[in-house]
Amino acid sequence: MTGFIGTSVQRLEDPALLTGRGRFVDDLKVPGALHAAFVRAGHAHARIRGVDTTAARGMPGVHAVFTFDDLPRPLQDHPVPLLVPNPAIRDLRLPFALARSEVCFAGEPVAVVLADSRYLAEDAAEQVIVDAEPLPVAADVRHALDAGASPAHAGMAGNLAAHMTLAYGDVDAAFAGAHRVVQGAFFQHRGSAHAMECRTLLAQYDVTGEQVTIWAGTQSPHQYRDAYARVMGVGQHQVRVVAPDVGGGFGPKTVLYPEQLAIPACALLTGRPVKWIEDRREHFLTTYQERDQYWSGEMALAEDGHILALRGRLLHDAGAYLPWGLVVPHICAATVPGPYVLPAYRMDVDVVYTNKVPVTPVRGAGRPQAVFFMERMVDLAAAALAMDPAAFRRLNFVRPEQMPYRVGLTFRDGSATTYDSGDYPELQRRALARADWDGFPERQRAARAAGRYIGIATASYVEGTGLGPFEGVGVKVQRDGRVLLTTGAAAQGQGHATMLAQVCAGALGVTPREIDVKAADTGAIAYGVGTFASRIAANAAPAAHLAAGKVRAKALKLAAHLLEAAEHDLELQDGRVFVRGVPGHGRTLAELAAFADGVPGFALPKGIEAGLEDTTYFTPERASYPNGCHVAEVEVDVETGQVRLLRYVSGHDCGTIINPMCVEGQVQGGVAHGIGNALFEWMRYDEHAQPVTMNFGEYLLPTAPEVPEVEHEHLECPSPLNPLGVKGAGEGGTIPAPAVIAAAIENALAPFGVHVDRVPVTPDWLLERIEAAGGSTR
Amino acid sequence: MRGARPIDTEQTLQIAVTVNGESHARAVPVRMTLADFLRHELGLTGTHLGCEHGVCGACTVLLDGRSARACLTLAVQADGMDVTTVEGLADGDRLGPLQQAFMDHHALQCGYCTPGMLTTLTEFLRENPHPTAEEVRIAISGNLCRCTGYAGIVRAALAAAAALRGDTA
Repeated sequence: MTGFIGTSVQRLEDPALLTGRGRFVDDLKVPGALHAAFVRAGHAHARIRGVDTTAARGMPGVHAVFTFDDLPRPLQDHPVPLLVPNPAIRDLRLPFALARSEVCFAGEPVAVVLADSRYLAEDAAEQVIVDAEPLPVAADVRHALDAGASPAHAGMAGNLAAHMTLAYGDVDAAFAGAHRVVQGAFFQHRGSAHAMECRTLLAQYDVTGEQVTIWAGTQSPHQYRDAYARVMGVGQHQVRVVAPDVGGGFGPKTVLYPEQLAIPACALLTGRPVKWIEDRREHFLTTYQERDQYWSGEMALAEDGHILALRGRLLHDAGAYLPWGLVVPHICAATVPGPYVLPAYRMDVDVVYTNKVPVTPVRGAGRPQAVFFMERMVDLAAAALAMDPAAFRRLNFVRPEQMPYRVGLTFRDGSATTYDSGDYPELQRRALARADWDGFPERQRAARAAGRYIGIATASYVEGTGLGPFEGVGVKVQRDGRVLLTTGAAAQGQGHATMLAQVCAGALGVTPREIDVKAADTGAIAYGVGTFASRIAANAAPAAHLAAGKVRAKALKLAAHLLEAAEHDLELQDGRVFVRGVPGHGRTLAELAAFADGVPGFALPKGIEAGLEDTTYFTPERASYPNGCHVAEVEVDVETGQVRLLRYVSGHDCGTIINPMCVEGQVQGGVAHGIGNALFEWMRYDEHAQPVTMNFGEYLLPTAPEVPEVEHEHLECPSPLNPLGVKGAGEGGTIPAPAVIAAAIENALAPFGVHVDRVPVTPDWLLERIEAAGGSTR
Repeated sequence: MRGARPIDTEQTLQIAVTVNGESHARAVPVRMTLADFLRHELGLTGTHLGCEHGVCGACTVLLDGRSARACLTLAVQADGMDVTTVEGLADGDRLGPLQQAFMDHHALQCGYCTPGMLTTLTEFLRENPHPTAEEVRIAISGNLCRCTGYAGIVRAALAAAAALRGDTA
């Protein structure tokens, strides 16, 4: 049944993408399409007194210029809907499709120009005059809660969007009885996701004006369909969203943006197809990101090295709106306990509005920051007790015999955080062995003797993934014998089509290459949720497994009828059902599918359902918890502050692995993202909340020379939460990388006593710290 | 100055280019980029735009065999030149050796940066048939990939180099 699970099947996606035959939204040519360019706020906060579109409307090739007042009534009455509500939100602010009377971050869309080409639309957009009265800004989250701080929205009573406390156990008593207490304070910044393809939209109403098709570079086509239908007050059946090839996601394409309401509205208003392809400048300006967080905390320790309690505070810069609710800061607070037995815990979280781009998940979604906080605290604790950091972790790990392990918290899906499977000590043992942890002191002595500063560190993590509510897969044998697999599980490069085909193929006795996958089309399957929280393998793969199993059962039943044999005497192999021992006596899947399709006017035999097909939705009862242990070895050039990664080991447990090649690709790519967060990526704003890193020269992504080849150690502890035992693999590579790299830098610079209490660790900052520690190298 | 029209945005020029072996003579707006010309005039949408400021390398094509950013090149600048895009790298219906190596070594995920990686490496492997991993990394340091973490691309380039040399794997 599971013939292809666990093998590195080559990807079905690759041939088209390698020959320029991929179909991304901007590759789709629709006759008569108008091209949109948005007029965007130049101020981080301003009242809009008026928008003069006269000159723009007279420009060559321009068909229309729309502002808020031109929008269809529902879009004037309703903002972009909140997809993930949370009762802790005190004052919910959401953007409109086009700004109404106030703009709250630089780049917010104010008007949209529609023209015959993008060139002409941009020409005209420059001629739109926005009469804006600048308002005071909330630029720095550290001061946004001060008395008298400027509100991010005019008239708002304070910038506190929400306060949450996640807690369990008797924290104060634990601190009262502590042998030692260590304290730490940290700044973290993550930046933008920067998929190589920016956001994309193409909307077309049919001739009735009642049915719209939207091609979108989205991670959640069904969420988009439902939201647009809800806001416009039309039926879900009147909106079809299709995500064709999508050039990377990493989080920001999950959520809904004003442009996703504005562009189909433009198509409705003009009766023409409308295309909008975000450019990289707009992406820097407006695509949601993760940004500044300030963490502080203290850890109570017993004399024998056990952690007794942890308490802390997180100050989270949410930006101007809360389109994805409190998901990121909540995940932060819920992820902190990690792989450790932590008897008591309290985290106070302040979520604060500022006049900046909204913060929503970027690969890892708050988990990298939580792991950085916890692992840096653990390193401080180990140092305070003069213990080896790996041994300190081992002492405090949840033991495999404690699984399933209840942490004491509620995760973001509302379930009690319960680690489903894992062997943290064993995974650490393997990762340390692979990295030759024990041999490092000798390497470090030799390097120092040669005037080189090398360091090593380890970091462990547990991540909540595979969140519900469900994902579905339809499996249908077509009359030519090929299998059509439909799913709402949108892909942005992960290889979902291959992975689901692998799961399906074994059950149906075909090869993955005989399966066509039609994903992320709301016209092809009724429901879907979206690709986030590393949830597709744990939701869609079990659905594919179950649906394929039911189709197999149907095929056997049909064949039993046609062959006049008992089902238990039948075998399904190579696309054919036959009587065991009599290979000549059988029917191909194509013949069975044709039979199940029926003949007009003729009844199907009793008990036979129409169509050799099934659609199954799989609903996990709660999140699954992959985990990992990373080891990094780095070299710091104390003259330049440059950090080089010498070696990177990933110990990873994502449960059952369906395609090792794809999983290792996810980990490698995830680590690269984590390296960006650790060393390079910083979306900077000035004191007026104006973005100042607006291109790839000012905002650095990791390039090939900076990213080493990750060495992989896999430990497969199957999840009991689904029939395949899979967990999630999309984000684990990123999550511990900033923590382990920061700690390795600290280890390398031990002679200078430099403490790394922030990411990204930039060369200028590192040199300052070396000099401040009395280690001037100039 | 608002309303001013310093250049004639409507002006066109006649150009003749050979793209993947096929000749095209067209009148193109002088301000149209080569990338937009290839994608929207010729329908060769394999060339992707990732940044439109010359850093990400997704739009890299070969101009007379040399790699060039199609986002920073005007279509009129390609007049009289020979252009190779990702659509021109396959050997009929068969993947070329570099493309096959990309598939074998999982050198792509979303596939958006892939055309630029392939064109860049096509030029590089022609000039350096015996590269080291470090040299491959430097060769693609002007191409951003957000998905793969580059390791598969480096492995694929080394494997393709061996295949192109005729080494047995």
